[in-house]
Amino acid sequence: MSENPVFDRIKSEVASQDVVLFMKGTPVFPQCGFSNAVVQVLTYLGVPFKGINVLEDDDIRQGIKEFSEWPTIPQLYVKGEFVGGCDIIREMFEQGELRDYLAQKGIQTEAA
Amino acid sequence: MAMTASDIERLIKEAIPDAIVDIRDLAGDGDHYAANVISAAFKGKTRVQQHQMVYSALKGGMGSELHALALQTSAPQD
Repeated sequence: MSENPVFDRIKSEVASQDVVLFMKGTPVFPQCGFSNAVVQVLTYLGVPFKGINVLEDDDIRQGIKEFSEWPTIPQLYVKGEFVGGCDIIREMFEQGELRDYLAQKGIQTEAA
Repeated sequence: MAMTASDIERLIKEAIPDAIVDIRDLAGDGDHYAANVISAAFKGKTRVQQHQMVYSALKGGMGSELHALALQTSAPQD
């Protein structure tokens, strides 16, 4: 099975910044409650991130699900690694794991 | 065509036979559920892998008929 041509674009986006969030809408105007929840967590932690609006690009919207073998949006990538969707990010945050995970990856977060 | 809570439970148990599945209907529209799944099959797996196991059990339903499934997975405490 040849690789999905959009994967190259996804790989470059994923590598373009330490923290990349594929989401519905933009960080300033999230258009989905789940995407907004992840934006709120990252904003609370003071983590700069790049938001990619999948609603503006259907190839990316479908391709990202194949790329990560994850069926839903949002999807958070840290240093090129898929971390999870809304549930996982929220659970990691609530259990204090997200801050540690980011620190391990060399990403500063604001003091609590 | 939306999915019912019993559809979700049946599909998960078909793929993960020992799973204990607790499903709550969040909106009554067959499209928004919360599910807590406990199974020994999750032991040693990352959360992403655990959730992927549940999503694959739903045979493509996740993200199509089923818009939202707030998912929590865990292995049984020893």
